[in-house]
Amino acid sequence: MASMDQSKIRNFCIIAHIDHGKSTLADRIIEMTGLLTSREMQAQVLDNMDLERERGITIKAQAVRTVYKADNGEEYIFNLIDTPGHVDFNYEVSRSLAACDGAILVVDAAQGIEAQTLANVYLALDHDLDVLPVINKIDLPSAEPQRVIDEIEDVIGIEAQDAPQISAKTGQNVRDVLEAIVTRIPAPAGDAQAPLKALIFDSVYDSYKGVIVFCRIKEGTVKRGTPVRMMATGAEADVVEVGYFGAGQFIPCEELSAGMVGYLTASIKNVKDTRVGDTITSRENPCAEPLPGYKKVLPMVYCGMYPADGAKYPDLRDALEKLQLNDASLQFEPETSIALGFGFRCGFLGLLHLEIIQERLEREYGLDLVTTAPGVIYKVHRTNGEVIELTNPSNLPDPAEIEYMEEPMVSAEIMVTTEFIGAIMELCQERRGIYLGMEYMEETRALLKYELPLNEIIYDFFDALKSRSRGYASFDYDMKGYVQAELVKLDILINKEEVDALSFIVHSSTAYERGRKMCEKLKEEIPRHLFEIPIQAAVGSKIIARETVKAMRKDVLAKCYGGDITRKKKLLEKQKEGKKRMRQIGNVEIPQKAFMSVLKLDDR
Amino acid sequence: MMMNGSIRDIHESEGRLAELELYLHIPFCVKKCAYCDFLSAPADESVRAGYVEALKGEIRRQKALGADRKVTSVFIGGGTPSILEGTQTAELLESVYDSFRIDTHAEITIECNPGTLTKDKLSCYRRQGVNRLSIGLQSTDNRELKMLGRIHTYEEFLESFLLARETGFGNLNVDLMSALPGQTRESWQKTLKQVLALKPEHISAYSLIIEEGTPFYDRFGPGAGEEYLLPDEDTERQMYYDARDMLKAEGYERYEISNYARPGFACRHNLGYWERREYLGLGLGASSLIGGVRYQNHGKLSAYLAGDYSHEEVQRLTRKEIQEETMFLGLRKTEGVPLTEELSKIYKEVFPRLERQGLLLRENGRVRLTDLGIDVSNYVLAEFL
Repeated sequence: MASMDQSKIRNFCIIAHIDHGKSTLADRIIEMTGLLTSREMQAQVLDNMDLERERGITIKAQAVRTVYKADNGEEYIFNLIDTPGHVDFNYEVSRSLAACDGAILVVDAAQGIEAQTLANVYLALDHDLDVLPVINKIDLPSAEPQRVIDEIEDVIGIEAQDAPQISAKTGQNVRDVLEAIVTRIPAPAGDAQAPLKALIFDSVYDSYKGVIVFCRIKEGTVKRGTPVRMMATGAEADVVEVGYFGAGQFIPCEELSAGMVGYLTASIKNVKDTRVGDTITSRENPCAEPLPGYKKVLPMVYCGMYPADGAKYPDLRDALEKLQLNDASLQFEPETSIALGFGFRCGFLGLLHLEIIQERLEREYGLDLVTTAPGVIYKVHRTNGEVIELTNPSNLPDPAEIEYMEEPMVSAEIMVTTEFIGAIMELCQERRGIYLGMEYMEETRALLKYELPLNEIIYDFFDALKSRSRGYASFDYDMKGYVQAELVKLDILINKEEVDALSFIVHSSTAYERGRKMCEKLKEEIPRHLFEIPIQAAVGSKIIARETVKAMRKDVLAKCYGGDITRKKKLLEKQKEGKKRMRQIGNVEIPQKAFMSVLKLDDR
Repeated sequence: MMMNGSIRDIHESEGRLAELELYLHIPFCVKKCAYCDFLSAPADESVRAGYVEALKGEIRRQKALGADRKVTSVFIGGGTPSILEGTQTAELLESVYDSFRIDTHAEITIECNPGTLTKDKLSCYRRQGVNRLSIGLQSTDNRELKMLGRIHTYEEFLESFLLARETGFGNLNVDLMSALPGQTRESWQKTLKQVLALKPEHISAYSLIIEEGTPFYDRFGPGAGEEYLLPDEDTERQMYYDARDMLKAEGYERYEISNYARPGFACRHNLGYWERREYLGLGLGASSLIGGVRYQNHGKLSAYLAGDYSHEEVQRLTRKEIQEETMFLGLRKTEGVPLTEELSKIYKEVFPRLERQGLLLRENGRVRLTDLGIDVSNYVLAEFL
């Protein structure tokens, strides 16, 4: 294929607050456009016989290329790049945006601008993207498109009067969006003859091809045989295949040149070598400078993961290794817990990332896991001047050896209707938030700005926010550095035995409250035994809270006659099964989910 | 000599026959009680008549099974079997006698509810060989009876009970229930006292189970509004001990978790379930254990009336399941289970562990639950699965 005419390419993404209809619009766009140009159509028929191509690797559809025949009669190539929709993956989002030339901003015609809308728009504007607003869900009875258009102009300050007003659900006016993509999103620039400069915005591991690198070619051209180097990691390889993204499959092509979005493979064995944000260049004719904005993403949240069945430890290690092939931000290292045995301390970008990994381990790898409470990374300054990055509370040095500790902070933006401002401010206060300011978006809505400790928001902050605003508040945050804080380790003793896997770090001002709630929660979770079980929370040697699981007095089937036997036996079997899923600590059997109790200390 | 020999032959051939317990299910009642989760409902007369015919048909069909077995007990249960006419009950028993060989000492029980018994009905039972009645009383407190949704008062029970004695029944069971919503230890003790004064041969004293799918579950089940009306666990256990102690003082022996009898009056039929003797359940939804297979009749009344006697949930027990059942059923009896070499081997870790916890006792070649073990018997029994 000859070099693509850049003026016929549009590289864009869709940004939106959750549930404003991003995926529906994406589906609609793919549906209403074709996957191939008429020219390619003929070439493709033969190529398609290739089995390997037909295998179609169904992965997270990170990007798709479609062809749109515009009203002006020309065919345009649309590269729609999907951006992850969660704050955990903010860096990935920023790299996806960097691969685009414009962004479609979808705003719900009934709900208007939300916190994520703003965060995403600012991110897009930071990357000098042209933002094309689209008002979605105009079919809703509560839709107020004009109000939302005015809001976009007032709050974001971008022209929105002629924004397409659509229903992605019904397909109404979606063609207006397609035309607007052609007319309002700029074509890519870049010199196909210049030294290669390509941005990695994602990569996936395939067991046949090795790592498949998703990239946007900013300058130059890459094709089979091009010797490439990743400028940040230094990894080198020779390109085996280049291509672009069909719907759910990879379609090889001759070359990728400046302005194009596509993939390349080069027998790379590990996604660690192809980090998101890195710049690919040619070893023969390298570019002078890498693209700006690369950073190595580091885990923010850590927890212990243990196989429920100790014998499955090697299986868990294998599963984590496999997942890591595809996920450079997942980290893990072996650790041992007195309570839980052998397992791994795992690092994640955030709680959602943690949950995704946990679910994949359980579903795809059939592992039954015990997960300990997630925590953030604390910086422990020891009296000898050494600084430890603490990811496992059990490793906290003796208090006598600690000079001071630091915890990570975030700056948070919470958008809320005015009636709930009080409730939300109260919540932020309880979570040790520092009030930075408030801006009114319009008469009824305000944007609250707070600085909050990360460890106060990783668990249930989002749920609490929703429940205290009847679902109306939305929330986004950015990492800010570390600040010194009065932190202590809260230990839990069950039947007088300290359970290391239940320890966590809290601010000293909330230790008492957390300890009390933790004991209450564990009291609910731990089944009654034949003896009384004290549950205590302690800071150092001081007990700060106590609950008691009363001894079981009675557990009898009063009747068991001919017709009852099979049913009652099943009941007992269930009871027995439940016991198997518990962890024996001393004489006490603790259900696996109790180790996540700290996550459920929800206050209201 | 010749004659003696032939008599002995008959005895010997009888002795070689396997024992079989028969259960006949009557799925009808006057009105469903608020706590009841049994397969039973009110039905009009024609349905009941049709059911008796269908049940007779099933009895006849099972004749072959009786060829090498002798029936050592018949239990007509429900529902409220005494809702049937005396003649209908007679017909059912006639069919049983026609199709099965009945041991001369067979225990033949019918479940009755006060309010459905008449002198004629009772005489009819007697004539047909019924030698034991199980009468559902539950409580002598009329307020408690009403709350349970029972159709009778204590006074009506008294009448039925005395009528049964008059008719010549020398083996009567009275069903009682503790841990009722709003019940106190005092009212429970009063129930026990009043029933003991009548000197029944047998008493079943159940602690109320709030079963899912009953009106009681919606009122008193976990998280339901009136759960607080149930006696707390300590009171509930205390009521259980009250029954045990008061009955013991009057010469009743507890032979199973909820069953008490004067010497010689333990219920042969029910012991069969816990000792894993074969039983054949006839009628809608009735369960059977025959030839190492557990199965259940289907529960669709219309199909049954049309002569569909098919089984469901047929389960052939493995060796392991038989051992498990031996333990979890046998330990319900206070005398426990004979300690065979096999059981000692399989449960060589379980036995000492439960003994250390004071839940189990091995002595005189048997293993049994302690009093503490009875209180938490589900916990103990689950260990054998």
